Amino acid sequence: MTASDTARARKVLSALFVGACALCVVLALVPLAFVLFFVVSQGVQSLNVDFFTHNPRPVGEPGGGMANAIVGTLMLTGLAAAMAVPIGILSGVYLAEYRGSRFASAVRFAADTLNGVPSIVIGVFAYAIVVLPFRHFSTLAGGFALGVMMIPIIARTTEELLLLVPNALREGALALGATRARAVFTVIVPAALPGIITGVVLALARIAGETAPLLFTSFNNRFFSTSLSQPISSITVQVFTYAISPYEDWHRQAWAGALVLVSIVLVCSMAARYAAARVASIRGR
Amino acid sequence: MNPPLVKVRVRGAEADLHDPAPAAHIETLKIDVEHLSFFYGEKRALEDISIQIRPNVVTAFIGPSGCGKSTFLRTLNRMNDIIPGARVEGRVCVDGQDIYRPGVDVVAVRRKVGMVFQKSNPFPKSIFENIAYGLRINKLTSNRSEMAARVEESLHQAALWDEVKDRLHESALALSGGQQQRLCIARALAVRPDILLMDEPASALDPIATQRIEELIYQLKAKFTIVIVTHNMQQAARVSDFTAFFWLGRLVEFERTDKMFTAPSEKLTEDYLTGRFG
Repeated sequence: MTASDTARARKVLSALFVGACALCVVLALVPLAFVLFFVVSQGVQSLNVDFFTHNPRPVGEPGGGMANAIVGTLMLTGLAAAMAVPIGILSGVYLAEYRGSRFASAVRFAADTLNGVPSIVIGVFAYAIVVLPFRHFSTLAGGFALGVMMIPIIARTTEELLLLVPNALREGALALGATRARAVFTVIVPAALPGIITGVVLALARIAGETAPLLFTSFNNRFFSTSLSQPISSITVQVFTYAISPYEDWHRQAWAGALVLVSIVLVCSMAARYAAARVASIRGR
Repeated sequence: MNPPLVKVRVRGAEADLHDPAPAAHIETLKIDVEHLSFFYGEKRALEDISIQIRPNVVTAFIGPSGCGKSTFLRTLNRMNDIIPGARVEGRVCVDGQDIYRPGVDVVAVRRKVGMVFQKSNPFPKSIFENIAYGLRINKLTSNRSEMAARVEESLHQAALWDEVKDRLHESALALSGGQQQRLCIARALAVRPDILLMDEPASALDPIATQRIEELIYQLKAKFTIVIVTHNMQQAARVSDFTAFFWLGRLVEFERTDKMFTAPSEKLTEDYLTGRFG
């Protein structure tokens, strides 16, 4: 083989690999494109003002909406965030600060395991711990289940991001007479804040789409409720209920619900990106 | 095994210079280190170092890479405490107080002994907030105007005020490398330390920025005691009153800078200064 042949073979091989990579990217994106296409095309038809302002009608009566489920999803994710954001971030700080300790390794392993636990199992756990003692389904139980799912995600993300903060910043703070805790909370955490915000929102987006843990925690509610101790509707459970029903009108509402859910997640992600960019730009990065 | 290289005592340096006192008595010493050894785990990084530094002088630490000069500098404000497995033997007295005595408040030590690092490390906050940070965490000012005055004073001292006075609330990270390093100096000065430790403060800067830092060091010595680590012998010669030469974790020679650079008493120092090794 001559030198020019080798060079040509190399070029062909390179082109082949680049082509394969591009093909895989396209294949990976195809399902996403289809999901979005179907959700939007099917959902848009059934979206109207009633969908946002009315509660479900009784079986057989057309019309109505998902006002109660939208509020329910917001409350459930809000509760989950209220529980998981402080616990998750503080655990992340602990993991990053005491990364060498045996306890931290154990916590890290536990968090990773919890992350991999099927969400239905988390639901069972919340059922046993919150639903059974109170003897009925509640918003609180649903929020708890989602919060349990969020904690390990936030903790591990926070840890990773804190470890990216240059050690020089820590030394700078300590050299000015900061205690360790002070340095962490006034310099290191703020430096990682844009990333942490993004991580929290990604976790929120992930749990907002959960159905399984809610099935026997917050259950469902055909009426409008904001009570923490009563069952509450959520978009995901409502979509599930409607989608498996035999009614054409409910199928259409399920599509609309899916579209609203995707939109909420999208808006949250964009808001988080904006917030993170704002925080970062104030510091000139 | 060779005998100890030298036991260095400052002799020629005790007279004249800027200190009216004819001899350096214990009371007039700013830093008095006795038989200091430092260990990273089992590894001994510094061996039996004794050195005496008077107030308001600039002392330069020179020596080849890995000779322990930075490690030694960091024992002077206990920055090595944060390294797991680090251990110190001997005494480091600042104003007559051993900073390694049990019960000493490390935070108070670090406030008194400020530090500027090799690579400028401004916090990702505004210029103002960078300087105000030390004031806030140590609660050194009681109101906003006092804080603003302290910030301005520090920026003046670090010769940065004129360049940043119109953009105090912009990000510190938008400053140039030299400006960032002066910002870090200002930040260290804001808590009004007595001593300023500088770990190769100009090594990442261009010649013009370096010159500004050197001029600054010269001005600051009226108010502060400065210890600077440098790998640049010309810089040591330009900015310092005294020079300490470290080699393999030992202090080989500590002498007035002019004397060390013209007539070092140790062969090893001479070899290093003339570029025979290092």
